[in-house]
Amino acid sequence: MSDVLLSLRGVKTYYGKIVALRGIDLDVHRGEIVTVIGANGAGKSTTMMTICGVTRAREGEIIYNGENITALPTHEIVRKSIAQSPEGRRIFGRMTVLENLQMGAAVINYAHFDEDLRMVFDLFPILEKRQSQRGGTLSGGEQQMLAIGRALMARPKLLMLDEPSLGLAPLVVKQIFEVVKELNEKQGLTVFLVEQNAYHALRLAHRGYVMINGQITMSGGGQELLSNPEVQAAYLEGGRH
Amino acid sequence: MADFLNTRVGAALKDAVLAAVVTLLLTSIMVGIKTKTEQGGLGIEGNWSLVAWMVLAVLVGRFAMSLLVWRGRNPVANAMQSILPKQETVGKIGKFVGPALLVFALTLPFYGNRYVIDMGILVLTYIMLGWGLNIVVGLAGLLDLGYVAFYAVGAYSYALFAQYFDLSFWVCLPLAGILASFWGMILGFPVLRLRGDYLAIVTLAFGEIIRVVLLNWYEFTGGPDGISRIPRPSFFGLEFERKGGFADFFGIPYDSMHRVIFLFYLILALALLTNFVTMRMRKLPIGRAWEALREDEIACRSLGINTTNTKLTAFALGAMFGGFAGAFFATRQGFISPESFTFMESAIILAIVVLGGLGSQLGVVVASIVMIGGFEVFRDLQDLRMLVFGLLMVVIMIWKPRGIISSRAPSVFLKEKKAVSGDFVAEGEG
Repeated sequence: MSDVLLSLRGVKTYYGKIVALRGIDLDVHRGEIVTVIGANGAGKSTTMMTICGVTRAREGEIIYNGENITALPTHEIVRKSIAQSPEGRRIFGRMTVLENLQMGAAVINYAHFDEDLRMVFDLFPILEKRQSQRGGTLSGGEQQMLAIGRALMARPKLLMLDEPSLGLAPLVVKQIFEVVKELNEKQGLTVFLVEQNAYHALRLAHRGYVMINGQITMSGGGQELLSNPEVQAAYLEGGRH
Repeated sequence: MADFLNTRVGAALKDAVLAAVVTLLLTSIMVGIKTKTEQGGLGIEGNWSLVAWMVLAVLVGRFAMSLLVWRGRNPVANAMQSILPKQETVGKIGKFVGPALLVFALTLPFYGNRYVIDMGILVLTYIMLGWGLNIVVGLAGLLDLGYVAFYAVGAYSYALFAQYFDLSFWVCLPLAGILASFWGMILGFPVLRLRGDYLAIVTLAFGEIIRVVLLNWYEFTGGPDGISRIPRPSFFGLEFERKGGFADFFGIPYDSMHRVIFLFYLILALALLTNFVTMRMRKLPIGRAWEALREDEIACRSLGINTTNTKLTAFALGAMFGGFAGAFFATRQGFISPESFTFMESAIILAIVVLGGLGSQLGVVVASIVMIGGFEVFRDLQDLRMLVFGLLMVVIMIWKPRGIISSRAPSVFLKEKKAVSGDFVAEGEG
């Protein structure tokens, strides 16, 4: 088996008659952090939702771990150990932090629950303090940590994060990205990151893709893209936030 | 003048005068002019003093309300909040209320008279229906306006099985539950993709379809005539009859109350079964999946939960308990017709669940007692009964917009047990 964990080939997605993705090709290798950056409406989140089967690819195929998952229902895709922290976090507001984490472990039938809970609490100590609070009472940053923690409870091979920095204070963003880096380095977790915050995302990622209007226009190493004048002009001007 | 109208008194006065004018317009036609049968046709008679009194009452009442209550420092909700106990104290009291109510229910037949026990049966039937619907609406968050359909399916299954195949109540009870849950799944399939308002409308229509079919399929269901002489349940094969039944077997004198008391314990057992199953389910993965589904369906799917199965099990289980309650209703009444299964029933059951607090088992009990009991207590008021009923609902919704018992006990703990108060989360969130 090759070291490619996830690959998209010519994926086209439509919302009704409107084209959202105009044929996406991308690869995620094992143990990599790959990021997709782009402006609002470029199709970043659609790419992620298409991988998960929330929106369907009308053409092209999505291969995960050597298997075609293009037409599988969402819950079965997720059971192939792809976990995601969806856009807008989507934690369960009336359930407690602990119950939220428990929901994350449902997909692997609560195997290694205590062990994984310890791991998540060590990564995000604030969640341990807040464990019996309602999810809805957490701050934005804490909710994002909870969303990532919940995804990790499923012991994923591939972690997909949709705009984890959305609406968060710079310090919190930094903290979250450090945890992602740590997960990647220590546990060898493969991460697929969709971000608007190009500076942080490219600094973190091994490789990056730039997306405009439903198409990938540029790709390369994280540092390489970061120093690319075009990328700098479009996404980084005054953007070191 | 303009300055005066901007003061508190001025604004209240203006508001009161406006309200009085509206009242005058409305009452002058509806109250002020009265028709009277006279020789040679219909005559008209003025009733203006009553109109004057009504306008005056609105003027003064509205003025006082807006000056003292609405524009005051403490609007109604705040005033009520300060009189009524805090959520934490309610939670503490709640721990004792449940067992106390259970003991009360268990011992009721020993000191209650026939009227009280009949009332108890009625209230318990609604508690059971409320608990059943709570699975669908309270836990899984699927708004079902046609719950009475499953109640009807349960009732008719028993009545028809008894009529055509001469089966006993105890054989039909599980059959009624199975058939009702089967119908629950039939309803579930087409509405899998619907949520909120759309789901509510489809379930409403479903409830009506069942009723209309029962009403029009004359050859099979008897249509509007209903089904009568539905057999009564037996106590392990002993009938409650004057000769050779329950009383003779135990060597006690025959009393028509035996059957009533038996029915009371039967519905109590059925209701407790519903509660027990729901409480167990909440702690199982499927129960948690229901609650997660109520919170956020997309997040559920992204966590690998099969939302189709989750919804269908909620519909099926909720419907099954509705079916049990229906079979009980049929055997208790001895006669059923489609008239017992109108939309009004669905609305009452839903009101019990919502007023009690979505997802709260104890809330359903309290709301059932208040609503069904209240219906009976205010029976003497006749038409005003509905007014009192409406007022009660308004008061509950002002005081507790999330229902009487809005706290939700988490289903998992690491250290200490702690109920999370509904007061922490604003209305509309989560």
